[in-house]
Amino acid sequence: MGSGENNPLGAQNAWDMLSDEQSQKHITTGSGDLNNILGGGIHCKEVTEIGGVPGVGKTQLGIQLAINVQIPMQYGGLGGKAVYVDTEGSFMVERVYQIAEGCISDILEHFPHSHEKSSSSNKQLQPEHFLADIYYFRICSYAEQIAAINYLEKFLGEHKDVRIVIIDSVTFHFRQDFDDLALRTRVLSELSLKLMKIAKAYNLAVVLLNQVTTKFTEGSFQLTLALGDSWSHSCTNRVILYWNGNERYAYLDKSPSLPVASAPYAVTGKGVRDVVSSNHKRVRVT
Amino acid sequence: MANMPVSEMRLPPHLAHLLAARRLDTAKDVLSLPEVELMAVLDAGLPTARAAVAHVSEAACPPCQTALALLEERVRLGGGGRLATTLCGLDEALGGGIPMGKLTEVVGPSGIGKTQFCLKVALLGALPEYYGGLDGRVLYIDTESKFSSRRMIEIGQKSFPQVFRQEGLAQKMAGRILVTRPTSLADFTKSLEQMKVTLLQHDVKLLIVDSMAALTSLENERATGFRQHPLRWALSFLKSIAEFSRIPVVVTNQVRSQSNVDGYHFSFEVDRKDGDNCTGGFDSHLVAALGIQWAHAVTVRLVFESHSGHRFIKVAKSPMSPAVAFPFVVETSGITLLSDEGIDVTGPEITSIRCQGKNVLAQ
Repeated sequence: MGSGENNPLGAQNAWDMLSDEQSQKHITTGSGDLNNILGGGIHCKEVTEIGGVPGVGKTQLGIQLAINVQIPMQYGGLGGKAVYVDTEGSFMVERVYQIAEGCISDILEHFPHSHEKSSSSNKQLQPEHFLADIYYFRICSYAEQIAAINYLEKFLGEHKDVRIVIIDSVTFHFRQDFDDLALRTRVLSELSLKLMKIAKAYNLAVVLLNQVTTKFTEGSFQLTLALGDSWSHSCTNRVILYWNGNERYAYLDKSPSLPVASAPYAVTGKGVRDVVSSNHKRVRVT
Repeated sequence: MANMPVSEMRLPPHLAHLLAARRLDTAKDVLSLPEVELMAVLDAGLPTARAAVAHVSEAACPPCQTALALLEERVRLGGGGRLATTLCGLDEALGGGIPMGKLTEVVGPSGIGKTQFCLKVALLGALPEYYGGLDGRVLYIDTESKFSSRRMIEIGQKSFPQVFRQEGLAQKMAGRILVTRPTSLADFTKSLEQMKVTLLQHDVKLLIVDSMAALTSLENERATGFRQHPLRWALSFLKSIAEFSRIPVVVTNQVRSQSNVDGYHFSFEVDRKDGDNCTGGFDSHLVAALGIQWAHAVTVRLVFESHSGHRFIKVAKSPMSPAVAFPFVVETSGITLLSDEGIDVTGPEITSIRCQGKNVLAQ
C-alpha cells in the first residue's frame, strides 16, 4: 500500500481498496454453495446478519464459523481466533467439539500428506486446540450485552488474533425487556455503529444472528427479521435461512457487492456442509 | 451484573461523583442511554461520557471463558449433565436425555400425552441416582390442575417395580415432588420470584411448568403486547434459573389452530404458498400457542403429534440432535416408545404439529 502514504486525508484510493479486498481471505461456512452466494464466505471488515426461523440452523452456522475461522493458514484458512457472545444460552460445548472434529477430519481428507508432518501441526489439529481459541461470553441482560460490546474494543486490542465476533443472538434481550422502543432503536443503532467500527479497526468479521418475527404487510402476515426497519439498515450483509421444501436454504437478502441469490445447505453431524444429493439446482439467482 | 451499583466499580473519583450526582446508580442506568443523551444527562463532554461508558462496561461485562474451559467444567461436573427419560431412543437423540441448565419445551395438542411425559420426568427427578434419577426434590408448577399423584405412582410402579416394591418408597418419592397451582399469571410471577430461594433451600433438582400457555389464557383477552410482557419476563427468568442452578427445566406448551398460513413465510418466498396447503388431508394444522419469539428462546423443543394412526415424539429443535421422530403409545407405565430407532424426518416437517382427531362425530 505504498501509494496510500501520499494521501493527505489518510484515505485509501479505490484501486488500493480493490487489491486489498482481493488479498483478503474469507471465512468458509463449510458449504461451497453457501460460500458462492456470499462471494467466497463471510468477509472480514464487514458486519453480516444471519436470521431465520427457530431450528433452521443459526446457532449451528455460528458455531461452524467460530471453528472454521481457526483453520490454519497452511490449510487455506485464516488461522484466527473467535469471540462468541452467547445471549440465549444455546451454545452447547459438546456440539462445538463435534463440529471441531468434523472440521479436522475434512482438513485431513483434503491434505492427506499432513499426517506425516511435524508434531507441532498435529497439535494444532486437535479439537481441544480449537476450543481453547474460542472466547466465550455468556450474557444475561441487554445491559450486559451493551457492556460486552463496549468492552470488546479493549478486549480485541489485547487479543489481536481474533478474526471473528459472533453474537448469538443480537435480539434476545432487546426483545425480552426493553419497553421504550424509540430508545431501543437509538441504543441498537449505536451498537451497530460500534460493531462496524470494530470490524474495520481490527480487520475481523462480525456476525450477528437474529430471530424472526411476524409483521403485517400488504394484507397478510409475513416473516421478517426482528428489531425493525431501522435496524435492517445497520448490517452490511444480510442472510436469511429458511426451509424450501425439505431443504435448508440461505437467501442473500442484502449485500453491497453481490447479487441477490439463494443456495441450499445442510446441517450434518459434522456441521454445516453442502447438500449431497445430485438432483437439486445449484446456485440459483432470483 | 447489569444491576451492579456504580459505586462498587472503583471508577476514577471524578466519574464516580458525576454519575452518583446524576442518579445513575447501576450499570443498566448508564448503558441504557445513547451517548448523546448520556452527555446531556451528565452535562459533560464526549470524552467524559465515553470514559464513563468504557469504565462501566468493563466492570459490568461478564467474565470471558474459553470453550475449552467450559468443556472441562462440564466434564468436572459429571457427564454431560443430562436427565435420562428412560425412553432409550429419545435419550440417544438428545445426547443422553433432557439437558441440565437448559429450557426444554414439550408442545402438542391436548390429550396427546404431554402431562404423562411430565409425570414420568417428575418421578425420575425424585428417584435415587442408582436408578437413573436425580435424587432431589422436584418443583411441579401445575397451571392446568392436571397433576395426579395417583397416576404418577401408577407410572412408577409399572416402570420401576424394583424401586416401588420397597416399603415406603412410593411415599418417599411422592413426598419429594412439590406441586404448586398458581391461579393467575400474577400468582405465577410471584412464585417465580420466590423460586430462587426455594431452589437453594429445598435442594430442587428439576423444575416443571405444565403448562406455560395456560397462564396466558388465565388472563382474559387483552391487548397482545400487554399479555406478552409478563410472559417474556418469565421466559428470561426460567432460562436464568435453569442456567444458574444447573437443573433441567421442562415446560409444556399448548397448540392453537393456525390462523394464517402466510404468516410462516418470508416475503421473498412467493412461489411456495400454493403447494404447501395440500399436505395432511384431514389432519388439522396447528401451531404452538406461544408464538415464534418463545420458540426461539427454548433450547430443546419436543413436538408431540398424531398422524397416520400413530402418535409421535419429534425432536424439533435441539443444538445436538438429528431430526428424528419416534412413534409412542401411552400405557399404564406411562409413555413408551414403540421403537428406539428414530424415523428420520426431512425438512420443515420436523417442526409441524399435526393432530389427527378421532373424528367420532363423523362416524
